[in-house]
Amino acid sequence: MCLSIPSQVISIDKEKCTAIVDTLGVKREVGIDFIADEVKVGDFVLIHIGYAMNIIDEEYAKESIKLYQEIIEKMEEDERQRMIEESDNCPGGAGGA
Amino acid sequence: MELRDLYVRFRDPKTIKALAKEIELEASKLANPINIMEVCGGHTHTIMKYGLLQLLPKNIFFIHGPGCPVCIMPKERIDHAYILAMQENVILCTLGDMIRVPGSKGSLQDARSKGADVRFVYSPLDVLKIAKENREKTVIFFAIGFETTTPMTAALLESAIAQKMTNLLLHINHVTVPEVMRELIDSRDEHIDSYNNQIDAFLGPSHVSVIAGSKIYEEFPAKYNRPVVVAGFEPVDVMEGVLMLVKQFNEGRCEVEVQYKRSVTREGNRKAQELIEKYFEKRDLFKWRGLGNIPKSAWKLKDAYSDYDAERVYDLPKEEIEDHKLCICGDILRGMAKPTECQVFGTACTPAKPLGSCMVSSEGACAAYYKYGNLL
Ligand code: SF4
Repeated sequence: MCLSIPSQVISIDKEKCTAIVDTLGVKREVGIDFIADEVKVGDFVLIHIGYAMNIIDEEYAKESIKLYQEIIEKMEEDERQRMIEESDNCPGGAGGA
Repeated sequence: MELRDLYVRFRDPKTIKALAKEIELEASKLANPINIMEVCGGHTHTIMKYGLLQLLPKNIFFIHGPGCPVCIMPKERIDHAYILAMQENVILCTLGDMIRVPGSKGSLQDARSKGADVRFVYSPLDVLKIAKENREKTVIFFAIGFETTTPMTAALLESAIAQKMTNLLLHINHVTVPEVMRELIDSRDEHIDSYNNQIDAFLGPSHVSVIAGSKIYEEFPAKYNRPVVVAGFEPVDVMEGVLMLVKQFNEGRCEVEVQYKRSVTREGNRKAQELIEKYFEKRDLFKWRGLGNIPKSAWKLKDAYSDYDAERVYDLPKEEIEDHKLCICGDILRGMAKPTECQVFGTACTPAKPLGSCMVSSEGACAAYYKYGNLL
């Protein structure tokens, strides 16, 4: 029950204070009482028990994704380094002298 | 950016692995082991589902916290739901796994099998619809949840008033996170010798802060010397949250930080907060299952809305009810015991036949251990 689900706003009905959102292909109607003034079509929102709780800040999401990319690259670089060191330390590469 | 990115990027196994490496590196510099309490059952679920315990170094521990609204519901309030459901001409609606939790008279499911009209709803919006379609009946919403679901109940009441509905009542069981965190630290510090571990830091649930802001945790570093990182529910979010906490220890910082910046601000959603303040006020005390009475830890309807309050419209029993003797949910909710330490875990108590509430909700620690225990 407690998880909130990212979705994208497809259309807004200001009068009813609802929006149609797309959650990975599933379309449904949600309440937008808490974000009615700001929300726009195309926004990413977090859905929780049938209401949009807020608008997801794309810039911050992108920033996180970029940071993770860097951490992955660092890990892969470290792994490459280790592989090179290991094979350097292994004379003849197979079985030794 | 596409919607998919918001899912796959934050569940990416490679990122999880890379973060685990970073955590290992940072944790190797720690002077002492650290115990991190993930307050919310949603985090417990993620930790178990993605096997994050196995990825953490030996000097970092998770203590599972009490943040599961179903698990902390005391039996007397489940009985309220049961009694209300059994009234003539009533439709009782509730969310989530509430329907399966046994009270002293049985669960709501049992009430249903005796002919009561109990409905599981996905959203309070459905309750409004049911009330409109059944004008000749009284529709009662048994409202549960933390800061995350409280504004939705307020929005439901606002719509009911605007649409002049007279057949809708609310039974309010909304609870708040900071008060229970305070209680856990205070009670632990009191009996410190009897515990072999202690909460050193908190992982705060993101969705609570989406509504209430990250500011609700500022007292914990300031007064209790416990850092807090507000983290999202995807496995990558949890791992990054842990990394941020470990870094705080290594750098000698103790503060509130937000990992889930994509949705959490210091202030939270003002509009949602205003709705809560409009309709609700704090109860002096609220009994949490296994934890006892905690001051100012729950909401009730303001006097002005007593016509909508099922607790005032119906005469409901006030006595407290003991939990099952063998069930150690209380210790588990306090982070003092793990589910596997319970004598009846997985034998007399299973998700199909739960003895205690922690086995019912998918966010309960016992249910999570039962389901993903083979990963341990
Ligand atoms: S396993 Fe069942 S009886 Fe034991 S603590 Fe968990 S919920 Fe209670």
